[in-house]
Amino acid sequence: MPTMTSTPPNTPPAPNNHASQRSQRQTQRRIRRAARATGRPLTRSSSVGLGIAMIWFSALALLPLSAIVLTTVENGWEKFWGTITAPQTLAALTLTTSTALLVTAFNVVMGTAIAWVLVRDKFFGKRLLEVVIDIPFALPTIVAGLVLLSLYGPGSPLGVNIANTRIAVGLAFLFVTLPFVVRTVQPVLADLDKDVEEAAASLGASRATIFRRIILPSLAPAMTAGAALSFARGISEYGALVLLSGNLPMNTEVGSVRILSYLENGDNAAAAAVATMLLMVSLAVIVALDLVQRRVARRG
Amino acid sequence: MSIEARNVSKRFGDFVALDDVSVSIPTGRLTALLGPSGGGKSTLLRIIAGLETADSGSVHIAGDDATSLPPQRRNVGFVFQHYAAFKHLSVARNVAFGLEIRKTSKEETAERVNELLDLVHLRQFADRLPSQLSGGQRQRMALARALAVQPRVLLLDEPFGALDAKVRKELRDWLRRLHDEIPVTTVFVTHDQEEALEVADDIVVINEGRVEQIGSPSALYDQPANEFVMGFLGPATRLGSELVRPHDIHIVSDLPPEEGFYPGVVARAARVGYEVRVDVILDDSLQSSPVHVTMSRAEAHPLKLDVGSRVWLRKPAGATALPLGVDAANAPHPGAGPIAHYTI
Repeated sequence: MPTMTSTPPNTPPAPNNHASQRSQRQTQRRIRRAARATGRPLTRSSSVGLGIAMIWFSALALLPLSAIVLTTVENGWEKFWGTITAPQTLAALTLTTSTALLVTAFNVVMGTAIAWVLVRDKFFGKRLLEVVIDIPFALPTIVAGLVLLSLYGPGSPLGVNIANTRIAVGLAFLFVTLPFVVRTVQPVLADLDKDVEEAAASLGASRATIFRRIILPSLAPAMTAGAALSFARGISEYGALVLLSGNLPMNTEVGSVRILSYLENGDNAAAAAVATMLLMVSLAVIVALDLVQRRVARRG
Repeated sequence: MSIEARNVSKRFGDFVALDDVSVSIPTGRLTALLGPSGGGKSTLLRIIAGLETADSGSVHIAGDDATSLPPQRRNVGFVFQHYAAFKHLSVARNVAFGLEIRKTSKEETAERVNELLDLVHLRQFADRLPSQLSGGQRQRMALARALAVQPRVLLLDEPFGALDAKVRKELRDWLRRLHDEIPVTTVFVTHDQEEALEVADDIVVINEGRVEQIGSPSALYDQPANEFVMGFLGPATRLGSELVRPHDIHIVSDLPPEEGFYPGVVARAARVGYEVRVDVILDDSLQSSPVHVTMSRAEAHPLKLDVGSRVWLRKPAGATALPLGVDAANAPHPGAGPIAHYTI
């Protein structure tokens, strides 16, 4: 029992002694909070594990990210605000964010549909499709950019020329983010109990209702995880779109291209400001997705 | 008749799950489909519910032809072995699901859900998630959910199969009482003969895709149509040219004055709880396998049975016995008229 308690635990506090009552209540709350936070003391092996995880995480992610944010902070609010509200940068950020959002929404629908087909249907070439889905993961993005340029650029064998348009940006995003939702939804879908759907059917639920009220809530966390990955990947994409989009300022230029041109001009502070903004947008979208997911998962 | 399945056949690839099965389930009764795993009983239940389609044959529910109806329109309640709970919904909303689908008003739904939760003793758990319930509680929730839509028939697929022995027994008694309270036509699948004998009004024994016998628990136990039914519903042992129940065999340790006793030697005597199990090797060279005999301790005590003791065995008049070599093919058609009595 911490020394905070002013009355012994079993003695009822004197009626007028509000301060003592309050302090006791606070102590109890603190104990409860501490118990919730730590659970029980770490064992030796889990301490070591946690330590390694933290060092690894810090070296790979936390330090670089803090360095970017720190650079931004060092250069002050004026610089940050000035950079991201500069018309060219703002246009690039808006294009990047809106395209990534659009592509993510599309991926959630298409990715779930592809996962559904892969899990529930049997067809010729299914194994092949399984492999092909992952190719965007494996291909260096600049190669992807080259392929897209030769297919959908000037002199396209398909007769489709979308070079130097915003559609090119969307297409490049779609290409590199395709596997995320498929790969997050697929295992969850495969693990779903058929029983549950049969139970809903025998209670009178139509196929659409079963999907909306039974399957969707179970898939929501996986769809959200895939969407978050897909959005974060899209917003930071460079290689796949840089060739096809033409990087026209105020038109098809994206955030990552902006960062590169700031760096090339030696303006590290501005580059850090754009990067920080992209980080913040990603964070906001991931949090928002999580909130939506919680609602869907509980609704049914 | 509430459920009429006529000439139902179903194959899964090469495996014949059901082979021309016809069953009539009477209204308001509790019927067990009993048989070994893989015998086709679950398939029959799923065909009745519309979760599986028969290759041939027809299903009528409450007089309507339901053969080609989807499960949504059959109005049957189905309870699964592994509960099939809607994990993201509270207990109350699980039970309300079918009513919400039917666009029942909010007040009526709430009222009905409360009634059902009282019935299955889960009122205080209404707001919990299924994951916070024990197995037995989850199954009661599943039962309430199935009953909520006032189904014409209630189908339970090995409802207690996933529960531990004690809970299974409790739930089994409770199901019997529940059925006496709400006499909805109920069919449950089980591979546990004790469960079927204890709970059911009628038993349909299914094996290898065919109906072996239909009847009341005592009829099946006392007058089995064939060796399979005899062996599946309780212990059976060979005595001479007949199959008999081990507890029916009359055993004496002094040379009996009458005829009809088989002489033999005790090969093993073991006490298991309240009963004594004895294996006897007959002198008759026709039977090499030992005869299993069970009796109470009180009966065994004066006989002083030890390994090597000489004993005489007899099947008393009126005991259940089946001449060996009678199988389903030459047995009278199950369910058709009175079952032949094999008692002597």
